Amino acid sequence: MSASREPLIRVRGLANRFGQHSVHENLDLDLYPGEILGVVGGSGTGKSVLLRSIVGLLRPSAGRIEVFGEDLPQLPARDRSRVERRFGVLFQRGALFTSLTLQENVALPLIEHAGLPRADAEALARVKLALAGLPGEVAILYPAELSGGMIKRAALARALALDPEVLFLDEPTAGLDPIGAAAFDRLILTLRDALGLSVFLVTHDLDTLYAACDRVAVLSRRRVRVADRLDIVAATDDEWIHDYFHGPRGRAAYRAAHPEESP
Amino acid sequence: MSEHKMNRAQVVAMPTDASNRDSPEMPSSMTEPGHIEQQDNRLAIVGAWTLPHYAALRLELDRSPRREMTAAAIDLTELGALDTAGAALLAELVGAQWLAEIDDRAPELPATRRALLRTLGEAMADNPPPTVRPGRPLWDTLARIGQLVEGIWQQQRQLLGFIGQVLAALVATGWRPGRWRLTSMVAQLHQTGLNALPIVALLTFLVGAVVAFLGATVLRDFGATLYTVNLVAFAFLREFGVLLAAILLAGRTASAFTAQIGAMKANEELDAVRTLGLDPIELLVLPRVLAMMLSLPILTFVGMLSGILGGALVCLQALDISLIQFLAILQRDIPLNHFLVGLAKAPLFAFLIAVIGCLEGFKVSGSAQSVGEHTTSSVVQSIFVVILLDAVAALFFMEMGW
Repeated sequence: MSASREPLIRVRGLANRFGQHSVHENLDLDLYPGEILGVVGGSGTGKSVLLRSIVGLLRPSAGRIEVFGEDLPQLPARDRSRVERRFGVLFQRGALFTSLTLQENVALPLIEHAGLPRADAEALARVKLALAGLPGEVAILYPAELSGGMIKRAALARALALDPEVLFLDEPTAGLDPIGAAAFDRLILTLRDALGLSVFLVTHDLDTLYAACDRVAVLSRRRVRVADRLDIVAATDDEWIHDYFHGPRGRAAYRAAHPEESP
Repeated sequence: MSEHKMNRAQVVAMPTDASNRDSPEMPSSMTEPGHIEQQDNRLAIVGAWTLPHYAALRLELDRSPRREMTAAAIDLTELGALDTAGAALLAELVGAQWLAEIDDRAPELPATRRALLRTLGEAMADNPPPTVRPGRPLWDTLARIGQLVEGIWQQQRQLLGFIGQVLAALVATGWRPGRWRLTSMVAQLHQTGLNALPIVALLTFLVGAVVAFLGATVLRDFGATLYTVNLVAFAFLREFGVLLAAILLAGRTASAFTAQIGAMKANEELDAVRTLGLDPIELLVLPRVLAMMLSLPILTFVGMLSGILGGALVCLQALDISLIQFLAILQRDIPLNHFLVGLAKAPLFAFLIAVIGCLEGFKVSGSAQSVGEHTTSSVVQSIFVVILLDAVAALFFMEMGW
């Protein structure tokens, strides 16, 4: 997370407009290797839109998005696919393929991109599922047979299938119970340390911010208001940021993360 | 150890935390395909154990005999790039438990490398693969046939039950104009009726021309080409007008109903409707059924006109029967009851198509595959029902002499 290193992802002057409605104007953001960057902001500030434009699902109206030193929107389709394989994306609602079992879901990119035989791919898929904390017997179930937390874990396993360098997580702990959410935070940290991932994490979960994130970027008024270490961000003089981090939930999350300071 | 080997060991002995993956800037010894080297009584794991080399590594693993390995016999210090795929293969070689205890077994490895191996080893230990029930071909085939037959029976029962529900809802709301969903019905009327008008008109026009051509060809041998007019009028008033319109709506609208209601079901919108104290049949099904029952007769009428027009045009071009003459024959030879017989079938067909489309929508479960299956099923069923009923009705009307 040292700022001296070259960023993996460099967003400069990004603008996203939908008709008359402008979501981002002149937005700058960096993601450094090996860090977990939490992206927060009020509802409708375009957190998911930012994620979608970085991974290439949405063509920005203006601006540059450099990923691994290449301008992603300008790349021809084949080179883009090569770059996109170095991404893993966990969508808000999992987006598992409902007609495939869990192990087939994870094995799909392994078969398509790494060219593994099916049996190998499924064995490896079970390893990834285990890595995401799912027991072996659920590997042959279909997504419809799973709980929300298990779907999130399976979607994480699929995002990790090709050993990505950057992991994009869209509200990974939303809809999980507090125990499951805490376990998910630990899982992200473990995987980051073990695999050397960089993580772009869109969240509303203050506990996740305190437990897992190295830096926090706050989206406000169509751009990144501040992006820095959590204590610096929390001390920023801004009404929304103050309400966010020093409201009742923010204080509770702070106390949970710093038990030694509680009275 | 040879000098060559010493060099490589030195290069690999200083992995940074970036060494977890295979990137172009790495020295070649890091990215060379991984393999196993056996030296005296120890195994050295060498090179890059990563996803791109998976096939080669799998071969290497299968070739090397399963040895009873003691912990001390494995040397990971010359391991190059490593990712989870390589680590999973290593776990197969040395056992997941060994990797889980990597901190004690190989403390000389860098911390990030150990973290990856330990995490993976812990995840894989005590995690047996799922047990898949072995298939029994004959038994499974029999069971499948049984399920299909049972499914057909259940489907008919459900359809009858659903028709009953719809009729009950129709009666319950029929005498209370306050509960009529006029807006919804008009919107459905627009989609199922007005928007289908051009395609119905075009299709029946073409079929009308084809029927006239057929008639002209066959009747020419008998010198009775004038009867082509009767043929076209008979066919379109009694059968083709309603049949073509109904089949088009079965393909166009039944599938749309299934997909709309199915997507709502998958999104739990139907549950929301119920918990709000509303009746999905009254809210969603009745407007669709009623709109369909209004639009199909109109489309049938358009289909009849358009088909006869197609026939008239062929008569004019190929048989030199002028439009005036054509209309005169129509007026003289074709009584009104043919038109009524054709039109009377339209509301019944419309009701069944709409009910089948809606019912299949209600049967959708969460998956994308299920939406596809039920949409197919609704189109096939509604076309089947339309043609079957039309055949039965043709027999009935013939026997009645209508």
